[in-house]
Amino acid sequence: MSNTIIKIKNLSASIEGKEILKGVNLEVKAGEVHAIMGPNGSGKSTLSSVLAGRDEYEITGGSVEFLGKDLLEYDPEERAWLGLFLAFQYPVEIAGVSNMNFLKTALHEKSKYLNEDPISAKDFLKRVKEKAALVELDDKLKNRSVNEGFSGGEKKRNEIFQMAMLEPILAILDETDSGLDIDALKVVSNGVNTLKNKDNAIIVITHYQRLLDYITPDFVHVLADGKIVKTGDKNLALELEEKGYDWV
Amino acid sequence: MAYTEESLKTELENQEYEYGFTIDIESDRAPNGLSEEIIRFISAKKDEPNWLLEYRLNAFNIWKKMEEPKWAHVKYKKPDFQDICYYAAPKPKKELASLDEVDPEILRTMERLGISVNEQKKLTGVAMDFVIDSVSVSNSFKEKLGELGIIFCSFGDAVKEHPELVKKYLGTVVPTADNFYATLNSAVFTDGSFCYIPKGVRCPMELSTYFRINEAGTGQFERTLLIADEGSYVSYLEGCTAPSRDENQLHAAVVELIALDDAEIKYSTVQNWYPGDKEGKGGVFNFVTKRGICEKNAKISWTQVETGSAVTWKYPSCILKGDNSIGEFYSVAVTNNNQQADTGTKMIHIGKNTKSTIISKGVSAGHSHNSYRGLVKIGKGASNARNFSQCDSLLMTDTSGAHTYPYIECENSTAQLEHEATTSKIGEDQLFYCKQRGISEEKAISLIVNGYAKEVLNKLPMEFAVEAQKLLEISLENSVG
Ligand SMILES: Nc1ncnc2c1ncn2[C@@H]1O[C@H](COP(=O)(O)OP(=O)(O)OP(=O)(O)O)[C@@H](O)[C@H]1O
Ligand SMILES: [Mg+2]
Repeated sequence: MSNTIIKIKNLSASIEGKEILKGVNLEVKAGEVHAIMGPNGSGKSTLSSVLAGRDEYEITGGSVEFLGKDLLEYDPEERAWLGLFLAFQYPVEIAGVSNMNFLKTALHEKSKYLNEDPISAKDFLKRVKEKAALVELDDKLKNRSVNEGFSGGEKKRNEIFQMAMLEPILAILDETDSGLDIDALKVVSNGVNTLKNKDNAIIVITHYQRLLDYITPDFVHVLADGKIVKTGDKNLALELEEKGYDWV
Repeated sequence: MAYTEESLKTELENQEYEYGFTIDIESDRAPNGLSEEIIRFISAKKDEPNWLLEYRLNAFNIWKKMEEPKWAHVKYKKPDFQDICYYAAPKPKKELASLDEVDPEILRTMERLGISVNEQKKLTGVAMDFVIDSVSVSNSFKEKLGELGIIFCSFGDAVKEHPELVKKYLGTVVPTADNFYATLNSAVFTDGSFCYIPKGVRCPMELSTYFRINEAGTGQFERTLLIADEGSYVSYLEGCTAPSRDENQLHAAVVELIALDDAEIKYSTVQNWYPGDKEGKGGVFNFVTKRGICEKNAKISWTQVETGSAVTWKYPSCILKGDNSIGEFYSVAVTNNNQQADTGTKMIHIGKNTKSTIISKGVSAGHSHNSYRGLVKIGKGASNARNFSQCDSLLMTDTSGAHTYPYIECENSTAQLEHEATTSKIGEDQLFYCKQRGISEEKAISLIVNGYAKEVLNKLPMEFAVEAQKLLEISLENSVG
């Protein structure tokens, strides 16, 4: 029980009066990798947005426990400080704000919340260097404005770079593989695998079995019409690839 | 010779009864209202030469026939010009024993701006007991400038010590009849700053009115005259990021810059006058006329960060008279709650190959209104003139407004003019992205706005830029909706 990272119980959520999540149940323990697959529009991104705390969504039922805390009670930034990270399906551009400034601000805000000493400039640079190497992020991109003018693949790589910098306890990767070429896919997966350890957990949302060749999931879930309709091991993904979602 | 309060008082007491006043020359305060008599009183109080009194009276006579301009996109209750006191002797600020006596809200803001405890004391008038002897700092500063022949003093001192320079240049860029508020200022200005950089001299430090602020005190009708002689350079900082409260509601300053051949003036302003409460009550009305003239190959660059005042009306401008001269305007104007700002620039191209750049970044929050108003005028003789204008507006709420009024008058077909304008609303997506990374809303807004305004902030001298960034953050607290 104590190694449970997140426990989602019967979670329902709607937007503009339209119910999208219709009772999601999911438990993720430390050291695990879960994959969520499912047809377009089934609610995968909605689930990650709701967990991250986007306030456009109305929670209509259920509960979420994160590290023993009632996650839904916290603001998005507090959830981040507690160790939740979301790699966005569509990362946002922020003109005029360098990636470095962005990350430094994020780390400082976190240490302020946790009452820790802020990371020194030296340690910060060291960490940047180390983590950028991990995902082979181009030096130039580090100093450019956040995602501004980045290619689709560069944006995704930058998401994993940020994840590496922030060292979350639970990372949700929403279609991080979409738009990556095969080499980038290997690099990014390799990065994710390096970051994975026995104390953290990862939820990967994907449409392609291909990613799961590199990041091996302990569980694969199928989300359809706002509910998890099937759960299995990595062979489920292979089966889905073959037979499509109609089969479940 | 500089006057101390005491020596000025004694001298005035001994002075002969010259003009036949009915106002007691010894009084420290003129009765409310504006009349020829009041103007004579001000002039006598300041022991001015006759030509300056004539200058004031002429302005007053013109002003009487003028009407307040109504074209700006601002609404406010017109000041009652007969209910204003036009002269009050600069009182030494009441010295406070400790920071405990200062409005805690002001202190909090200063802390957040990163202003040191010593500076906080200086700015709020708390007795300074240790570390910095501000007098000796400013004295050694003046000594250094003196060696280079740079004159930097209060306007009043300049009239006494360098009358030939003042007489030669006063009113040459902003003529007496220029506009309602400038004309009023010409009639009643009480003090301000004067600066002269001699030929070929590069002023080695940022000149800041801050060094003088405690000596002279800023009046509500400030007058600034800055002359950069041939081939000289100066960077001048005006204002302060610390919130300034003022009992005077109306501020109508005039700033004149003169850049002679090959000279360069960089003039930076951070303005944070009290904007009033949430309804804008009690806030300062800031009606400023700022203009510079460039002779051959000269350059004037205005940079401003405007966050204060209830109503702002301000158009720092350049007259590009000399061939190859350059004018620049970089501005960030933030309005929140019920603030109103109508600001922009005029670039008047007269000489050949003249160039101007306008970068204006407006940010509107709350119920505020933020307007850009700019004129680019290309005269007949201004062949190959070039202008680039970029006017961006960022809206923080659905209830705020941004307006852009670009005017172009072009009389020369060889001119190249480019204009770009954008209006965007601060993105929920951007804010959420920041928050998800652990950046609180307040910090996220600050990051996004500072990123948006970066082009302008980069033009500020370093020491100002850091404070200006924090100032933007504070001005936009709780502003998204
Ligand atoms: N802001 C919104 N307003 C209205 N409907 C919305 C909004 N956001 C999401 N939806 C709807 O919710 C449903 C679920 O969307 P969601 O993005 O969660 O799907 P998904 O499973 O991530 O799909 P994909 O595989 O295409 O990324 C869709 O029908 C979508 O149109
Ligand atoms: Mg999705």
